[in-house]
Amino acid sequence: MRNLIVGLTLTAIFVLAALVSFLWTPYDVTVLEIANKLKPPTFSHWFGTDHFGRDIFSMIMVGARTSIAVAVVAVGIGMGLGVPLGLAAAARKGSFLDEVIMRGNDLIFAFPSLLIAILITAIFGPSAVNAIIAIGIFNIPVFARLTRGAAMSLWTHDYILAARVAGKGATRISVEHILPNVANLLIVQGTIQFSLGILAEAALSYVGLGAQPPTPSWGRMLADAQTLIALAPHVALFPGFAILFTVLGLNLAGDGIRDLLDPKLRVQR
Amino acid sequence: MTLLSIDKLSLSIRGTPILRGVSLSIGAGEILGVIGESGSGKSLTALSVLQLLPDGAACTGRITLMGQDVLTLTEQSLCAMRGRDVGMVFQEPMTALNPVQTIGAQVAETILIHEPNTTKSNARKRAEQALTRCELPQDRFPLSRYPHELSGGQRQRVVIAMAIALQPKLLIADEPTTALDVTTQAEILTLLTRLVREDGMGLMLISHDLAVVSNMAHRIAIMKDGQVVEAGNADLHRTMTHPYTKALFAASNHQPDRRVTPKEVPLLDVRGATRDYALPRKSLFGTPAKFRAVDAVSFQINKGESLGLVGESGCGKSTLTRAILGLETLQDGSVFLDGEPVGPNVLRKMQVVFQDPYASFNPRHKVRRLVAEPFHVLGRKATEAEVDEALTSVGLTPSDKHKYIHEFSGGQRQRIAIARALIIKPELIVLDEAVSALDVSIRAQILDLLAKLSNDFGLTYLFISHDLSVVRAITDRCLVMKAGKIVEEGKTEDLFNAPSHPYTQALIDAAPQLPIA
Repeated sequence: MRNLIVGLTLTAIFVLAALVSFLWTPYDVTVLEIANKLKPPTFSHWFGTDHFGRDIFSMIMVGARTSIAVAVVAVGIGMGLGVPLGLAAAARKGSFLDEVIMRGNDLIFAFPSLLIAILITAIFGPSAVNAIIAIGIFNIPVFARLTRGAAMSLWTHDYILAARVAGKGATRISVEHILPNVANLLIVQGTIQFSLGILAEAALSYVGLGAQPPTPSWGRMLADAQTLIALAPHVALFPGFAILFTVLGLNLAGDGIRDLLDPKLRVQR
Repeated sequence: MTLLSIDKLSLSIRGTPILRGVSLSIGAGEILGVIGESGSGKSLTALSVLQLLPDGAACTGRITLMGQDVLTLTEQSLCAMRGRDVGMVFQEPMTALNPVQTIGAQVAETILIHEPNTTKSNARKRAEQALTRCELPQDRFPLSRYPHELSGGQRQRVVIAMAIALQPKLLIADEPTTALDVTTQAEILTLLTRLVREDGMGLMLISHDLAVVSNMAHRIAIMKDGQVVEAGNADLHRTMTHPYTKALFAASNHQPDRRVTPKEVPLLDVRGATRDYALPRKSLFGTPAKFRAVDAVSFQINKGESLGLVGESGCGKSTLTRAILGLETLQDGSVFLDGEPVGPNVLRKMQVVFQDPYASFNPRHKVRRLVAEPFHVLGRKATEAEVDEALTSVGLTPSDKHKYIHEFSGGQRQRIAIARALIIKPELIVLDEAVSALDVSIRAQILDLLAKLSNDFGLTYLFISHDLSVVRAITDRCLVMKAGKIVEEGKTEDLFNAPSHPYTQALIDAAPQLPIA
């Protein structure tokens, strides 16, 4: 329970920061103020300023937008395509369809994900959208495998047999009986993939293949800070902490939700 | 000499009282039968002796084992006691053995833990002896066998060999034969009786089945709600005074009141049904071998009739059931219901009730939706009145439809399963081991319910079970199935009184009989 509260609080802080940034930020992140560059944290600039004199606190707020948007859409792609594929593979276990889906998954799994992301952005040009697609594709097999595994064990239950005796087809059974019973697994995996998505976005931005300037991004903030780390450590520190605490928060929330949804663990409490 | 005496044992788990003042005793060479329905506390009583209790359990009272007070022993001396002084046999032989270790290693392990000075070869020799004593001769079951190479009964023998390897003074057997077929059950019970006699062990035999216990126990204790309600000698059925004991005996011999005369019109017609399964290939290009699960089975059920299908596990009765329900394609033969070949169209005339009331329902749906599911074949939604009627006809109330399935007990769930089967008013209900997982008193109620429903609606039943007493109580005619074939068919009474096929005779002989009061 403590995990869940800490995790949800951390997550909520970053979501709130992203939402508030649409309406208000302490400073405009597109305005450069070279005279004010590399100021350590003060009352007027909470997290200090970067090498162009931009307010780091404001940049982290706006950067949260990019991170969250990329992660949400990437997990959405993964779930939206992976879950139906997994359900279909489990419903036709051992069939040609199952083989095609699962071997396709193996194929995607066989490539190092970051390299493919670099490949995609190298071909189609670096942008937030291409980063989203690249990260999303690698979420598909994760959800497909998880769904197939969980669904396959559910297909042996008597209530599925009862539904078949009621004349229901595989699609209907998958949606009505299988999906609700694998949903808690998917939610947990979703939060984990979400945090991995944020990390992946940061990594792509770090190598310059994510969101392009002037859109602030945590990964690029880190990359920019790299050469200045001895001079002004706060420039690297705060985006680093932002990534750390978001990912930590999501992982804790995922753990907490799993404990909350597992009836066996619930009984013991 | 008293080996184990339990005196006013009370047990609570996190403040919830489970056992209340249980007193039992077992002498050397004595078999004590502990009988109770699920939740009566019989297993926890046994586990208290070994102090293998769940977290948060607290015991008060006294458990004296060979002069030692078990409740005051340290964990270290408890470890020394478990396995050496007290052996334990569990219900489920499929999960009681480690699948990645050989049976020899598992039996020898008990010896090596308690006598660390034993050499490996000596331990193996003693493991061989223990297995041989449990009728697993070394020429056929060498120590190098793995659990998956053995049948359920053979695995249970390995579990027993582990328990008796150190010749403990007390053996606790918790439902040792519940998961086994009736002929295997008889063999295991004979084995346990022989070991008790040879070693002068005390045996605590825990079971829900009165017939199993009363045939071999010297003394019997009946438990209910964490208390011993009555204890007596093997002739308890003559001396019993407690109303619960009487009710338990009555329920075990229960004969539901069924008064339907079947019409001479066939409803279900199975003709030469055959189902093969491909076995894994032995070589890369060889044709895979086939296993014939159902072999040219033909039979008919008349309207209003109740037909029993009896067989042990692996005889093909589940495959046959699925074929009848149209869920399994047949290689040969056909199944007709009311003149139509089975398929999605005839499902409106046929429904099914499964064995496990806990696995038969989607835990995320409410009862209303669960019960109304078969309406899918009719292509319309169930009305509230139809749901209410179905629930009422199985002895539940209409307000139950707003609950989730976990709010119901096993017996109530089975009623809901029957309501689900009834709701579209089918002609045939297939009952696949529908009462096997239930306690005897609940089973009697469900059998009464089934009898009443067939009286009221003229339902036809196909009753599939391994339990002969149940089949005898509820069916008009009976089929006996073995290795995919029907070996005997006849009127239930004739078949039970004068079985002609040797397999039927063996089945009936092996079934434990309850002494008649």
